[in-house]
Amino acid sequence: MTATAEPEIGRARLRKEDARLITGDTRWTDNIQMAGMLHMAVLRSPMAHAKITSIDVSAAAAMPGVLLVLTGDDVAEEQGSLPCAWPITEDMLAPPAPSLAVGEVNFAGEGVAVVIARSDHEAHDALAAIDVEYDELPVVLDMKAALADGADLVHPDLGTNKSATWVFDSAEAGTGSDVDRAIADAEVVVTRTFRQQRLIPAFMEPRSVVVDPGGGSITMWSATQVPHILRWMLSAVLGIPEHKVRVIAPDVGGGFGGKLQVTPEEVLTLLVARRLGKPVKWTESRTESMLSAHHGRDQVQELTITARRDGTVTGLKVDLLADMGAYLRLVTPGVPILGAFMFNAIYKFPAYRFTCVNVFTNKVPTDAYRGAGRPEATFAIERMMDELAVELGMEPMELRRKNWIEHEEFPFTTVCGLTYDSGNYEAATDRAMELFGYDELRREQAARRESGDPVQLGIGISTFTEMCGLAPSRVLGSLRYGAGGWEHAAIRMLPTGKVELITGTSPHGQGHETAWSQIVADRLGVPFEDVEVLHGDTQSSHKGMDSYGSRSLAVGGTAIVLAADKVLAKARTLAAHLMECSESDVDFSSGRFSVRGTGTSTALTDVVLAAHVAHNLPDGMEPGMDAESTFDPTNFSFPHGTHLCATEVDTETGAVKIRSYVCVDDIGEVVNPLIVEGQVHGGLAQGIAQALFEEAVHDESGTLTTATLADYLVPTAADLPHFTTDRTVTPADSNPLGVKGVGEAGTIASTPAVVNAVIDAVRHLGVEDIEMPCTPMRVWKAVHRGRERGVPTTPVAAGGLGSIDAQGGAE
Amino acid sequence: MIPAEFEYVAPTSVEEAVRALTEAGEDAKVLAGGQSLIPVLRMRLAAPNVVVDLSNLSELTGVRDDGDSLLIGAMTTHYEVQRDHLVHDHARLLALATDEVADPQVRHRGTFGGALAHADPAGDLPAPALAMDATMVIVGPGGRREVPASEFFVDYFTTVLEPNDVLVDIRVPKLTGWSAHYEKFNRVAQAWSIVAVAAAVRVVDGTIAEARVALTNMGPTPVRAHGVEEALVGQPATAGSITAAAARAAEGTNPTTDGNADAEFRSHLARVLTGRALTTAVGA
Repeated sequence: MTATAEPEIGRARLRKEDARLITGDTRWTDNIQMAGMLHMAVLRSPMAHAKITSIDVSAAAAMPGVLLVLTGDDVAEEQGSLPCAWPITEDMLAPPAPSLAVGEVNFAGEGVAVVIARSDHEAHDALAAIDVEYDELPVVLDMKAALADGADLVHPDLGTNKSATWVFDSAEAGTGSDVDRAIADAEVVVTRTFRQQRLIPAFMEPRSVVVDPGGGSITMWSATQVPHILRWMLSAVLGIPEHKVRVIAPDVGGGFGGKLQVTPEEVLTLLVARRLGKPVKWTESRTESMLSAHHGRDQVQELTITARRDGTVTGLKVDLLADMGAYLRLVTPGVPILGAFMFNAIYKFPAYRFTCVNVFTNKVPTDAYRGAGRPEATFAIERMMDELAVELGMEPMELRRKNWIEHEEFPFTTVCGLTYDSGNYEAATDRAMELFGYDELRREQAARRESGDPVQLGIGISTFTEMCGLAPSRVLGSLRYGAGGWEHAAIRMLPTGKVELITGTSPHGQGHETAWSQIVADRLGVPFEDVEVLHGDTQSSHKGMDSYGSRSLAVGGTAIVLAADKVLAKARTLAAHLMECSESDVDFSSGRFSVRGTGTSTALTDVVLAAHVAHNLPDGMEPGMDAESTFDPTNFSFPHGTHLCATEVDTETGAVKIRSYVCVDDIGEVVNPLIVEGQVHGGLAQGIAQALFEEAVHDESGTLTTATLADYLVPTAADLPHFTTDRTVTPADSNPLGVKGVGEAGTIASTPAVVNAVIDAVRHLGVEDIEMPCTPMRVWKAVHRGRERGVPTTPVAAGGLGSIDAQGGAE
Repeated sequence: MIPAEFEYVAPTSVEEAVRALTEAGEDAKVLAGGQSLIPVLRMRLAAPNVVVDLSNLSELTGVRDDGDSLLIGAMTTHYEVQRDHLVHDHARLLALATDEVADPQVRHRGTFGGALAHADPAGDLPAPALAMDATMVIVGPGGRREVPASEFFVDYFTTVLEPNDVLVDIRVPKLTGWSAHYEKFNRVAQAWSIVAVAAAVRVVDGTIAEARVALTNMGPTPVRAHGVEEALVGQPATAGSITAAAARAAEGTNPTTDGNADAEFRSHLARVLTGRALTTAVGA
């Protein structure tokens, strides 16, 4: 690799985008103002399941400033059906997914009418004047009940609440043996059921859309993480020629998968802007976001693990129920399937079967949420390893050591048929245990148990891996995913030597402008400051698969390297021509070409200028020094790590305090350690949030009772511990940078570490499970009823605006 | 979201405020810091016709020494209460509880009087006011009157304040030299109390001479834990007598059930937290 004097890759640079983001010197979608711009507001159903018997919009239409009121009937033909790009099986059932409900509503929060007015507040005032009459239908909320004979149906036309069943069986696939045989022959069998509660992505910037229909084509600004997919899908759903649609994702404030979507509001804003011939904006409120943007997780997981008495695992059977909500959104059905390949994790299971049943309920659709399928898998297997250790009377880390893939065994083909290219679980674990003071904490734990201390100490382990860098297009195709996994980059070498890098990734908080500049600067030997990263506008960045699944660096970063190498290859030819020497005698270092063994050299910038003016080019060489590349990886990348958590559990109140948290992640090579640290901290916060704080709760009528940030408890820094982080570096073999991806690692790894620690603290009191989030009441009740087995659970909403009922109304 | 339209009035005297409220009738709301009212308006859970903002009434801010008691202006911010040396010396329980209100931003905007008039059972200031036998000084169309905290709180979000009354001062009897603690239990740092306990005790020669204990969120209004107080007086300030007294904390309470805690858990928390509040207060 060529390099500047101080290598840019590996340097902990402050992020170049932060100054404008932090000071507000930027344009979020909602900041966009256009002459004559109108505002859209959406009336949402308070009912989870009902026939719409009538909608009277006459009073609303007559209100000041109101230009148009539309119901589902008004757009029924035009709106088409929202896309689902991942039909996981051939016989998957998918109901039509209208942007505005037509005739019936299937979740509370579904749009039933829109008002377009001159101002935002006039549009909202008019919503209250729309009179909708509903005829209530039975509400389907519980997945098991939804699958029972004679169950009420979300979509009666489908005849069932079951959307699809997806199975992977290692015996059938030829990648392993038969799990039923393993169970029949097992010396030890442990079965457990875990609940992945429903979560809300809760990105900071609410969703917002602006559509300008002027000038013969349509421009849409959207707070999305997938501008390229959005353009494609809008064209497919609405029949607008793709070349007449431009999508721009300006600065976007968070996503976590929550903005990996083609939303009803994007479609509706476009339709009304086109109908009125004027720019239209829609921006949601926080509560609207929580009621209608897609949710995450929501699975019931039943696992059976088998082992020999010596601790060697012999089989794993996984049966999932996955809650789709009322409709299949962009990748809804595929999210649990992404977990199918990760339940076996880092362990050498000889037999494996995974069965997932996707179920419709009258709730907000689920879809991608940070980790998407893999946190669920990691949680379940890491909880199971602790349960198995207890059953066997083994130290939980020793059980893991006995079963994980050893360093020398890489590359290793798993029971799912994935080939893990590299890893070193021993190194990460040894380092984590040392930083954690594992043995000392175990001694303290024993002493507290001995003395009956009301505050008990627990230690939780999570030795995780994940698959990311989504990924080889051929593999995605074999999973019936509707798109590829490649990524594109283009480099424009400007005549003054400055560089524009165009990327198909679409950052929404990750710091791509900084990291991508570092890669370009490193590769081309140009100053970091001389690189401008262009992204998120389908007109300038015409080709891309956007950002999700920890793919941007491993796939998109590689495309940058390949494009830069093309620039250098051409520049080398031209440099040799200009210096009148053989190309094989030319060296490149720190942005200069030199003729080996002589004092002759020329700067890349001079070569670029020569290419631009084209006065003296070799015969047949085109002017200019631009290059582009599209990279399709041959494998996923497999970050791994060991996370250790110590919790203090107050047995008198059920309160859980994280005493220490250590993680040693192996994400391969690192471009910017500061960005990595930020990703790890944020990921940990989100994973810990699932373990202890967050839960989307519906009441029996299907109303979301956690529709504000006062009820849905997103933890802040004040609620989280100090994190001790470190890394081991085992480069990935699947890309030239040796990188693996870090966007989801913290979230995937941390949840089981925390829950294992909570259970470990109170297991001696008769507790073997506590549902997430492990709230004080759940912990206290588990401790006080532990010996009775089967801890009752209650949905958890956090009490709201003090005691104000956000659904009802304050006095 | 944007609140529904309303008329905004910012009077410059209490009399003017009372007049404005009287003219507006039942549809008026007093804005006294806005840390609860503004979110409620933004979510369109309330849509008053008139909002009467008291923030220009500088006469309602600050803490004054009034002999045996402190007079705290209703529009004094939580931040000012927290930092006031008179409060620190003579009403320590109030300073400690105010420390626990929400987050720094809220404490810089929210007011003591606003929090009491809002009467959120999960709010942190009604219980200390009750424990300290505070008195509410109220001005209405009929003039000035004083109502003890024990009569001021009526129900969820309901006080004796009439729609055209203005809470102007809170009279807090001095508890100089008393030990105090406010023990709050919640799930995230800036949240309301699931249960909290306000405790103040006067210890003379190792014996508890007087005790005041009140509970947050153990019913629709703050509740005085009289049973605990009775059990403490005359007892040594030791762990044993505190534990025995704390066992009576849930007596006479009517706790609600919500997602954070059911009534059983709240009652349990009241006992545990009362023990902890008293233990911390006396250093036992």
